[in-house]
Parts: sequence; structure tokens; C-alpha cells
Amino acid sequence: MNFDWIALAEFSLIGLLSGGLLALIALGFVLIYKGTGVINFAMGEFMMLGAYFFYTANVMWQLPTVLALGLTLAAVAMAAALIERAILRPLSGQPVIAILMATIGLASALHGAVDAVWGGNNYEMPQLLPRKPFTLGEILIPGQVVWSFALAAVIITAFTLYFRYSSTGIAMRAAANDPVTAYVLGIDVRRTQRLTWMFAGIVGAVAGIVVASITSLSPALGGAALGVLAVIILGGLDSIAGAIVAGLIVGLIESLTAGYLSGKVRDIVPYVTVLLILMIRPYGLFGTRQIERL
Amino acid sequence: MRIGDFRQSYEHDEAIWQTPTSRAWLAVFFVFLSVFPFAANAYIVGLACVLGIHVISSAGLNIMTGYTGLISLGHAAFMGVGCYTAAFLAQRGVPFFLTIPLAGLMAALLGLVVGIPSLRIKGLYLAVATLAMQFILVFIFREWEPVTGGVRGVNVPAASLFGLDLNNDTRMYYLVAFCATVLLVAARNLFRTRIGRAFIAIRDKDISAEVLGIDLFRYKLLAFAIGSFYAGVAGALLGYFYRAMTPEYFTLALSIFYLAAIIIGGLGTMLGTVLGAVFMTLVPELLRSTVSLIAQWAPRATEILSPMQEVVFGLLIIGFLVFEPHGLVEIWRRVRRTFHLWPFRA
Repeated sequence: MNFDWIALAEFSLIGLLSGGLLALIALGFVLIYKGTGVINFAMGEFMMLGAYFFYTANVMWQLPTVLALGLTLAAVAMAAALIERAILRPLSGQPVIAILMATIGLASALHGAVDAVWGGNNYEMPQLLPRKPFTLGEILIPGQVVWSFALAAVIITAFTLYFRYSSTGIAMRAAANDPVTAYVLGIDVRRTQRLTWMFAGIVGAVAGIVVASITSLSPALGGAALGVLAVIILGGLDSIAGAIVAGLIVGLIESLTAGYLSGKVRDIVPYVTVLLILMIRPYGLFGTRQIERL
Repeated sequence: MRIGDFRQSYEHDEAIWQTPTSRAWLAVFFVFLSVFPFAANAYIVGLACVLGIHVISSAGLNIMTGYTGLISLGHAAFMGVGCYTAAFLAQRGVPFFLTIPLAGLMAALLGLVVGIPSLRIKGLYLAVATLAMQFILVFIFREWEPVTGGVRGVNVPAASLFGLDLNNDTRMYYLVAFCATVLLVAARNLFRTRIGRAFIAIRDKDISAEVLGIDLFRYKLLAFAIGSFYAGVAGALLGYFYRAMTPEYFTLALSIFYLAAIIIGGLGTMLGTVLGAVFMTLVPELLRSTVSLIAQWAPRATEILSPMQEVVFGLLIIGFLVFEPHGLVEIWRRVRRTFHLWPFRA
């Protein structure tokens, strides 16, 4: 039997490229974890919210794409800031389980609200990314996969540069690193935490719009982000570089299992990965090793 | 103002029900429990069965999460393990008084395996690990058709005691009530023993507990095993109650339901477990009857019933966390204190 090298190359490339989108969603998680020490279980609902806002603005109100996109991102950022102020800030300093459950409750409330307002139907999103496939010799890659990868790369690069060079970005990193010291040095920690949630909301909204335009728009989109937990655990919860590398790895593994085993198995691949990593290397590839002292 | 609650011996101080008043109320409560099915209609009795099962499962989760501090997002999957074990055995003719404990043991065994990572990881990481386990177990429920019946689910033969089939809700009610009573008293007793105190020490600070000589690995695993045992028993009862089960019942949403129940009731108290489970079971019922009332004027109301349930559920969790973080049990204590100190202000 002749092994089909071309199929393997195609699966691998598609996997790596779709890993870009995973890395983008992971960035949303990592931002919030770094900035506020919370895993935001409502990330998928932010994605959903972004996609539904965009659908409403662009399709229902017939606004031009760029304006609709701007409005959507502003609205989601506002919502994220509001959530941070109303829910997360009163809970700061509470035990992990309280904050974890608050984000789960938030996920449930947002999911229900979206379902109540827009209904449970599938909507057809406008095609934002060109469909035209790319060919590389005999390998055929769908256009959306390539373009979503490019978009994710641009956004992640932009955020990295922002955190490295802008003074707000540096303040945010300082507050994330050590909130008390940052506060003493005159950094407005509340503002940086609010900004963190707003950025994460924007990242989530963009990812949601892209995912919805590739597949379709329905409340099921909210559950899509849970699989990305594998990416952030593998990469290390607080590392953007880790999120990128892990996104590519998980994308590759998912694509290969979908190609060689079945779609059903693909759905639990992220969770098996999570369990394995947590048993072998709980802090992930690039995460900070936490040392506890009494 | 209540007076005369003097504790004059260590036995008295360690007693499980400390005052004659609380013993009297407990007796009244048990009489109520045993005559209640004769006074209520079938719907209420069925609801009481589900409620009892929820109480058992929440108690297990509270032992793990509330008392020992091990967050689990996979509790529903352990119920599933119990349910499928009971179904598998019952189909082969094993009587229910064996299948129910065996279902619990099977879940406990699996809990031991899942508990192993808990020595290295805790907090959020443990939550993610148990979340992963939840998805993997549901995947197994769906795919392992010879045992679980796949997506079509399994049928559970009716439990029978000396030829008397427990095939209606009233008879099931007594089985559920018996199991719930035994398990809750056991749980309450557990925290008067060395093991229970070790659990609480681990929750408060695990490293300090280890310094004090508590074997972390052993006690964390034990907490997982006990919590999962409760879940397994609850799952088996659920199987006997509904007589048929599909994997769709044991999803992440149910795990979150139990977490919400113990948070709203009160983490680390058995009374809170009961209050939380009752509250969380009754809220959807109340909501449903409210909506059907509104639906007379606004017919569209029933369409958004299930999304509204999700919204209310989420807001309840958030509201309790922000405004009443110690849960219903704290409200109960405040009310009781007011009565005890009356006519003085608390």
C-alpha cells in the first residue's frame, strides 16, 4: 500500500493554519488570566455576542462592513467593561471557585439572553474572507483557512507590539506581574484590569465573527471556546508565545485525528490533551512555574 | 430570647444534634417525610424523588468542593457512571440493594483515578482537568454501545423488593428518601471524625495541612472517592427512577447545576447542600408556572422559556456570589439568630 503523502501534507497544513484561529481565541483567555488571574469561562459567549452584534449591524441594519465591525467591537468592549465593573471587581480577592463560578454564571446568562433575543436558529453570515482556495503543487488549502490565519497573525502581532512598546501596554504588563507594586508606583490597576477585559472582549468578538462566517451563526458557537482550554493549558496559562505555539500544535493534532480517525474523535482530542498535559507538565510549555510558600 | 444551651461535657459538645429542640424538629421533619406522599399528588411526589436525588449528588459534590476545596466540573459524569453500572447489573438480575452500592463503588473507583492529578494541580487547573474528564466520560457513554447503549441509552429494569416492584413514584420515593437520609447523616458524621477534619484542613491550606502530618495524597483521593460514591448512588437512583437514561442527561450543564446548588446553598455545610438543592430544583418549576401564567396574555412567552431559565440560572449564581457569598444557609442563620435573641436586636 502506498502512503498518501499529499493527504498528510494537506491535513498538516490545514491543521497548522487553523491553529491560528485557536491561538487567537487562546489570546483572549491568556489576556484575562495574565491581567486578572481568572480563567474566563464566558469567552465563548463573548465570541457569540460579537458574531450576533455583527450580524445584526451588517445584515439586519444593512450597514457597511467596516462600520458594522467598528460598532460591534465598540459594543462588545463596552459590555466587557461593564461585566468587569459589575461582576468581577466586587469578587476580587474571593476564592478561585467563586470567580470561576461567576464566569460560568455569566456564560449561562449571556447564552440565554442571546437565545432569547435572536432565537436558536442558524443564520447565514456574510462571507468576509475570500473563499478562493490556494494551491501549492497538488495540495489544496481552502482560502478561508489561510486568510483567518493571516488575520489571527496580524492581531496577535499587533497586541504583542502594543504590550511591548506603548506606555499603557507596559502599565498593563506591570499590573499583571505584580498588582500591589504597580499600584504603589502609580499605575491605575483598575483601569488596566478594565482595559484587559475590553481587549479580551474585542479579541473574542473578532474570533467569533471569523468562526461564524466560516461555519454558521447559532447559539452553539458559545461552546466552541471550551476546546481552546487545551491550547492555553498546553501553552501555559500566562504565556502569549505559548498560546501561539500550542494553538498550532493543537490545530495540527485536531486536523490529523479528523483526517485519519473520525470527526467524533476529533471533538474530544482537546480534552485528552488537557488531561495528559496536566498530569505531565501542569504549567504547560511556557507558563510560569508557581512555587508556593507558607 | 433562648437560654439554657449549656454544654457541660465533651460528649455534649460533640453531639451530632446538639439541643433537644433540634432533635424535636428533626423528628417532626422525619414524620413529615414519611407521610408526605399520601398527602401530595403524583407530580409533587415525582418532583420530591428528583429532589432527593439532587440532594444526594450535591452532598457528594459539597464533600469534595465545599469541605475539601477540590473543584469538580465533572460531577454529572460520575452520576452517569453510577447510572450505567446500575443498569448493567440490573439487566443481569442483580437486586437493587446490591446494584446501588456497587454503582457507588464503581464511581468511587473512577473518582480515585481522576483524583490522581489532584495532587499536582489544584484550583483552576483542577477545574479544567475535571472538565476534560466530563467530556471524555460523556464521549465514552455515547460510543461504548455494548454497555451504555450509545446515544439511544439504556433501560433499567424496575427495582423490586421481595417481589414488590418499585415501579411507581411513591414507592421510589421511599427508596430515595431512605438513601438520602442515610447518606446525609453519614456525611454529617464524617466531619466529626479525623478524616473530615483532615478534609477541612486541606481546604483551608493544603501545604499547612501537610506540615501538620496529613497525608495529602491519601486524603485528597479519599475525598474524590467519597464524593464520587455519592454521585454514583444518585446516578443509580436516577436510573431506577426514570427507568431509561441517555448520555444527554449527564452533560456539563448538570455538573454546573450541582456546583451552583452548593454555592447557592452554602459551601461546606450539609444544611446548605439541602437548601441549595431544594432551591435549584424548585426555581425552574416556579419559572415554568410563572411563564405559563404569563402565556395567557403573551403567547410568545413559552418560546423563550428555556433561554429565560438559563438567564435566571446565571444571574442567580452571580447574584449569590456577589451579594450573599455564604449562601442560603447564611440567610437561615441570620433569621434564626433574630428569633433566638428576640426581643433583642442581633
